[in-house]
Amino acid sequence: MKEVDKMLECKRLTGGYSGDPILKDISFQVGEGELFGILGPNGSGKTTLLKMISGILPIKEGSILLNKSPLSQYSTKELAKMVAVLSQHSSQAFSYTVKETVSLGRYAHQNGWFQSWIEEDEEIVQRVMFQTGVASFEKKPIQELSGGERQRVFLAQALAQEPAVLLLDEPTNHLDLSYQKELLDLLKQWTKEKGLTVISIFHDLNLASLYCDRLLLLDNGSININEVPNDVLRKEKIKEVFGTDVERQYHPKEPVPQMVLLPGWKMPVTTEVHSIDIHPSMLQFTKSHIALQAPLPLRTMSSGVVGAGTGWHQTFVNRHVDKDYHCDDFRSDMLDFLKNHQFDPSTTVGMMTAVILEDVSYRFIEDDGYSVLVVVTAGVGNAVDASMSDSHKFELVPGTINTWIFVNGELTEEAFIQSIMIATEAKVKVMEHEQVMDPVTGTVATGTSTDSILVASTQKGEKLEFAGSITPLGKSISKGVYECTRESVQKSRKRFKS
Amino acid sequence: MPRQFIQKFLTKNKFIAYALAVCFLIVTILLGISIGTVSVPVLSIIHIIGSNLFPFLSIGEMDAMHETIVISIRLPRVILAGLVGAALAIAGAAFQGLLRNPLADPYTLGVSSGASVGAVMTLFFHISIPFIGSFTLPLLSVFCAFITIMIVLAFARKIDRSMRVETIILTGIIFSSFLGAVISLMIALTGEELRQIIGWLLGSVSMRGWDYIKIFLPFFVLGAAILAFNGKELNAMSFGEERAQHLGVNVAKRKMIVLLAGSILTGAAVAVSGTIGFVGLVIPHLTRLIWGPDHTHLLPLSILTGSGFLILADLVARTIISPVELPIGVITALIGAPVFAVILMKRRSERSG
Repeated sequence: MKEVDKMLECKRLTGGYSGDPILKDISFQVGEGELFGILGPNGSGKTTLLKMISGILPIKEGSILLNKSPLSQYSTKELAKMVAVLSQHSSQAFSYTVKETVSLGRYAHQNGWFQSWIEEDEEIVQRVMFQTGVASFEKKPIQELSGGERQRVFLAQALAQEPAVLLLDEPTNHLDLSYQKELLDLLKQWTKEKGLTVISIFHDLNLASLYCDRLLLLDNGSININEVPNDVLRKEKIKEVFGTDVERQYHPKEPVPQMVLLPGWKMPVTTEVHSIDIHPSMLQFTKSHIALQAPLPLRTMSSGVVGAGTGWHQTFVNRHVDKDYHCDDFRSDMLDFLKNHQFDPSTTVGMMTAVILEDVSYRFIEDDGYSVLVVVTAGVGNAVDASMSDSHKFELVPGTINTWIFVNGELTEEAFIQSIMIATEAKVKVMEHEQVMDPVTGTVATGTSTDSILVASTQKGEKLEFAGSITPLGKSISKGVYECTRESVQKSRKRFKS
Repeated sequence: MPRQFIQKFLTKNKFIAYALAVCFLIVTILLGISIGTVSVPVLSIIHIIGSNLFPFLSIGEMDAMHETIVISIRLPRVILAGLVGAALAIAGAAFQGLLRNPLADPYTLGVSSGASVGAVMTLFFHISIPFIGSFTLPLLSVFCAFITIMIVLAFARKIDRSMRVETIILTGIIFSSFLGAVISLMIALTGEELRQIIGWLLGSVSMRGWDYIKIFLPFFVLGAAILAFNGKELNAMSFGEERAQHLGVNVAKRKMIVLLAGSILTGAAVAVSGTIGFVGLVIPHLTRLIWGPDHTHLLPLSILTGSGFLILADLVARTIISPVELPIGVITALIGAPVFAVILMKRRSERSG
């Protein structure tokens, strides 16, 4: 951080209420226009730190520099022009109107005995009431407002102070989802556009991760780490400070980490543990589709028509469509198909194939502590050599190899990806051994243009960290996929010839 | 809600608020002077007061007896009642804002009892501080009032850091009882006639004359002026001391100033009229109900309404079972205690509801 940008600096801060200091040796800096989050478990000293910065609690040792001057050099009024605070609780003994409450924010800016209310004050009050969305009920007594509305009134009051630094103690506490987002969007916008410095306590790690430039993690009165969210929100850090297990994921739209809780509650273990395992007996074959209804939702990674991507799904459907099937909106057609067959589209991974479903091939491979079920329907009507796919025009024709891999075990994300890799490699080998040719280029094909794959695992039992070709799981998958694909290709070719 | 509508309409029109309050005060003053064993017509009152204020304009004859009654007896009595009522009402309004406590007033906080101790000490031990002479009485009362409020608040904070409404009031009651006992003990030791003292303790503005007004006026002007200049700060502090500090109020200093001003008003009022309870509770409460809680208006309006109210209470006290005169504190307590109960019940239902 450049020297000029420094808005707040805490140097070796120690203190708190009388007696034992709550905060010990805290040093950090916050730059102008930063949105700075303070995290920590209850009792870690978050509120104490905020109260020391806002001048409510005395500093025992160390110093706080605000805009490069010590806090002690500011008079209460001068400080109020620089720093505004939105606390968690606000008492209101009397029913002031919204506007009266917001207007109090101008106190520090008014001078002289009569503290006259000038046009500028009125303008600012009107503006902040509009920005926080409280202008529409400015004449209402605050005691009649909901918790969220009241919180916004006090935010308006803080903004009316026109501070350079805004301190917030869990600002989203009483707000519902849309106002949480709106408030934080607004704060973020002000930090970027007006250079407002925001220092806020967060309980919600994920909100903090989404909006803060940097996070300070307090642990029992000391700084554990003070870094960008990506470095602070790590599984080990959270476990160390909060004492609870979490998993880390990435936000689907923003490049920031999100922490998810792992519930301690588990399904009671049934006497027969294997009863929840995926087994070939669960496969249902009909003329129109092959389906598998799992007893529990499975963790999936797939490229189906519905339910693609990563997720949790319980039903798996491979639908047969006619060779000449042509539908512009095949996705909604597939959804209709699922609904007509009493499958819940929200928990289903669905694929399509023109292959006659009798040509399906499946293997159940059991190994030490885990088992794999592979189901393949293969047709090579429009085989393609992927290395020369430029020569092809893309058309969505269902002449397809659909591969399902069910694993009774717990897979890591790496294992999921490696499973897909190894399954693909096995498929390519089948093409070569079966001499499936790409009719356009005249070379050996690597697959068809519309192949789909599904890897689904129960996430129970043996933990399978890797699925590379030398690991037992990798071997099981490649063996299963190779054998099934080859068998299915042969069946389909035989049918084609006859 | 019709009441809300009226409240909204009225808060917009502060001019109407002041006009109504002034009218109320003038009417009560005229009534207070006019009514009594000898009834004085309103026109004569205006005539008498006018010619006394502006002797050079004197026109026509007036009844000499009426003039004596008005100038020497009823006018000073009405003025004293008005000033005491104003002092107690504004002090109550300030204490309520400062402590965020609609039940606070000099009486319920024990400040009046503290002041009484000072006054009783001065009166019955005939204490007189050199050079200040007759001001010894109010000064000692003010001093004791201030000491009492400081101890009450320190004690309440010790019991309950959040200083809940009930805690403060309970502490006030404890101190009131204790100080009341101290007063009784002093009285017993001096052996004065009990009836007279109890009459004084329940409060009275009779037979005080112009001297008491002269003693009281400087204290009143000082205390009321200090409070009136702290309206904004009281607004901020009624949102909590931390909030007020964040808004830029020097809470430690302002709090002391308000407590001191409140003690000056209460102490001086008790010194001249005894302990008159509940004025500081009822008047700010009603004023806030009608005109809104903004202290910049609440304080001046409380002065006007409070003085009118006590003049009226005094009028009732001396006429209701005439010729016997009731202590004025009886009347204010008869009105104030039920109001206290209503506020308490409203708070309870608000919290549980």
